Amino acid sequence: MDDLIADFVAECREMLEALGGEIVAWEAEPDDRARLDSIFRFVHTVKGNCGFFEFPRLEALSHAAEDALADVRAGRRQADGQLVSAVLAVIDRIGEMIAAIEAGEEMPAGDDSALIDALAPGAEGTAAPAATAVVEGQGRVSSAPRTIRLSVELLDRVMSTVSDMVLARNELARRLREAPTEVAVDGAFERLSAIIADMRDAITRTRMQRIENLFVGLPRMVRDLSAELGKQVLVDIEGGDVELDREMIEMIRDPLTHIIRNAVDHGIEKPAERLKAGKREIGILSVSARQSGNQILIDIQDDGRGIDGKKLVAKALDVGLLEMDDASKLSPREQLALIFEAGLSTAKEVTSISGRGVGMDVVRSNVERIGGIVEVDSKPGEGTRMTLRVPLTLTIIPALTVSIAGQHFAIPRSAIEEIVRATGESVTLEHLGGAGVATIRGRRVPEVSLAGILGLESEVGEKDRTLVVLRPSGGDVYALSVDRIHDHEELVVKPAAPAVMATGLYAGTTLADDGSPILLFDPAGLALVGGVKLEAQERSARIADGPAAAAAKSTAVLLFRALDGSRRALRLAVVDRIEEVQVDSVKEAAGQLRVQLGEAILPLAGVGGTKPADGKIRLFRLNDGAHEIGYAFAEVIDFATIDNDIIHSDNPGEISGVSLINGAPAELVDAHWLFANHVGGTARVSEPLVCRVPSDDVWMQNMLRPIVEAAGYRVVGDEHEGHADLVIAAQGAELPGDAAGKTIRLRSEPEPTGKKDDSIYRYDRAGLLMALKTVAGGRGQ
Amino acid sequence: MNVLLLVVTIDGERVALPAAAVESVVELDTLIPVPRAAPHVAGLSALRSRVLTVIDCKRSLELGTSDCSDGIREAAVVELDGHHYALIVDLVEDVVEALSDPSPVRSTMGGGWERVSQGMVDTEGGPLLLVDVAALVTGGAEAKAA
Repeated sequence: MDDLIADFVAECREMLEALGGEIVAWEAEPDDRARLDSIFRFVHTVKGNCGFFEFPRLEALSHAAEDALADVRAGRRQADGQLVSAVLAVIDRIGEMIAAIEAGEEMPAGDDSALIDALAPGAEGTAAPAATAVVEGQGRVSSAPRTIRLSVELLDRVMSTVSDMVLARNELARRLREAPTEVAVDGAFERLSAIIADMRDAITRTRMQRIENLFVGLPRMVRDLSAELGKQVLVDIEGGDVELDREMIEMIRDPLTHIIRNAVDHGIEKPAERLKAGKREIGILSVSARQSGNQILIDIQDDGRGIDGKKLVAKALDVGLLEMDDASKLSPREQLALIFEAGLSTAKEVTSISGRGVGMDVVRSNVERIGGIVEVDSKPGEGTRMTLRVPLTLTIIPALTVSIAGQHFAIPRSAIEEIVRATGESVTLEHLGGAGVATIRGRRVPEVSLAGILGLESEVGEKDRTLVVLRPSGGDVYALSVDRIHDHEELVVKPAAPAVMATGLYAGTTLADDGSPILLFDPAGLALVGGVKLEAQERSARIADGPAAAAAKSTAVLLFRALDGSRRALRLAVVDRIEEVQVDSVKEAAGQLRVQLGEAILPLAGVGGTKPADGKIRLFRLNDGAHEIGYAFAEVIDFATIDNDIIHSDNPGEISGVSLINGAPAELVDAHWLFANHVGGTARVSEPLVCRVPSDDVWMQNMLRPIVEAAGYRVVGDEHEGHADLVIAAQGAELPGDAAGKTIRLRSEPEPTGKKDDSIYRYDRAGLLMALKTVAGGRGQ
Repeated sequence: MNVLLLVVTIDGERVALPAAAVESVVELDTLIPVPRAAPHVAGLSALRSRVLTVIDCKRSLELGTSDCSDGIREAAVVELDGHHYALIVDLVEDVVEALSDPSPVRSTMGGGWERVSQGMVDTEGGPLLLVDVAALVTGGAEAKAA
């Protein structure tokens, strides 16, 4: 806001200065239309801005003057000496107030009504206050301005001159190196270098502009858009004080505008829809900027309906952007990234704002052109976040120089992921139908030869080249084979001539220290010209990843703290999910602790044989494909991989060994042992258990029998002659003599009749299941 | 009439460039090729810590390629839309005064001359073809195909 006021003050002062002469001339010649117009423009501008800044007195004054002058312009009134005086008095008062605003003082006290009245037709005798105001006003305005306004062109010229100076310095440095020089000359040159570096810093800063300039128009734009679309959107802007190169601000203006339009148009729902989804009527669109290293991050987040990755995939299949096979392999993140593909829009209808499927691909290419990245993250129903990452400045780029066929080129360092030798241990280079494929540590990336792209003959054999692994757009990797790698340099990059840019290969030109021109590559352009199918390649790269990861020894584990405080790890593959249960649901039955999880009863491990005291316990639900076990733990530490050797324990047990995980030793839980010991009993059951249920009890036959059968029993009736592992009977019923098996007695009252009553309430499903399992477990032992 | 013209020879033909457009006349020594660029872009060169895009005028007119192998070439430096170009010519002769406004050439010219022509101007040494610098830099059909 302060900045805007400063701009306003500066603008008013400029206009006042320009008006100085006009006013006097107008006084002499009240009929001069041109003078009248310029004065009218001034009061009009002041009025408009005052409303915005809430300077009510200024607004009232300028409004009154504007009205009076409008009448004159429309011919409703003649400009006479009296009106001229009154207008002049108003203008002087405005000048006075602006001076006060500029100095940060209170508005000069006083009442403006006399001045305003004087503007009315037929008012008289008000010239006197005007005269005093002039004197006061002039006295204040004479304070020296603290800022000056410069044209952007001038600033650009200074910047480019400084860049030239840096290059000239580099050239001088080279000449000094070539010829033997005196120490004094070297010293002077060093000083010159330091001064130039300082100057470059300072001038770079003058080009910096607060990103507020970019953000200031957003609330209005969103307001207009949402009004047009019948939506309610609140804009929340943060980080306007982040500074960015002026040129960069201009470069991200369009992409940012587009993303915001999309968010309002497609992201945020209509109020009724929002209410239905349980959200507030008003959608929130937050735009924030922050600096991170030498990058600026701009987040645009809405709380709208989010992006449906599956819909995008379906659409991509529809328009033929994607093959069915590839589509099924996409990760959610890759699905979302499809919105950056050309010709894809999920909007059902094309609106005037967006939805023509042109846009996000343009956004991406615009952002990438300035060395930036755009990312998307979205949860259906919850909203979408777009992140723009752009470099602070365009002009000085750290780069790697490489050579091919004796010619030097530069590659922006930001795009380089790694550099490997083609003959390196973990690198294999193959050709499939003429296309190069490099496998670097199990990752398969397309390989293109720089010599091939440029149509140059390289005298360096393919095996002796170096591979520069490039990631041009934050997602897609390819390897570029070059003859030789030279040096890292900070290059002052300038745009190349259109004829050079037309190749699509280059991002600009620069001069090397030796004074010869160097072309800077555009990594995305190289890939395009080199015929790398980026998106497709990234997918297959991941597929190659899978087996490679399996072949390697690293195993994904879940690192956690056990109840006894020890640091343990469990192989991630056996962990089904994490549950939290009341301690009450843990019961000791059939010689071991069991835990009830909903409808299931699982053996519980990890508690050291004793039942936890009280409260809640958390446990992993382990699954071997057929059986489940609960494993109690205190807290999850992290996901990790076992990269180090495992020291196996001497005796088989719950812990199979110990290994260094994330820099500290962790005990590895032996899942096999757990299953063998906790479910071994049931696992060995080959013959189904027999359960005798009274044949004449209708409730038992109809209601109980299915449950018992589901628990793995063969249900027989009273007439069954043989052995029964379990007998279920109603409480109080007489049992046949056979007592070899266990008996479950069911009662029809929820509460037990006494302490010795071990019967189970017949609708206590969990208790019943527990009892059924106990019997089953008991037979195994 | 005091418009000054720079008289140069391209492919053996004496033509005039508007002297106001020409910043300087230089001798290029190093030439860094620009792979995959249009054929009339001979390469890049450096002049006082500025990068020059070198245009082969002969190639731009589709009259064949200038021989740059012998090293030093004479070129006229022009600025166009903020970029500096060096136009390779056979020979830079002189600066002369134009004695007339350009007038259309009514006969058909050969090669790419038609495309770059801005008309004919009279000088003390006889009529010369006035060449459009921008058209030379843009290049002909060959450049568009590239």
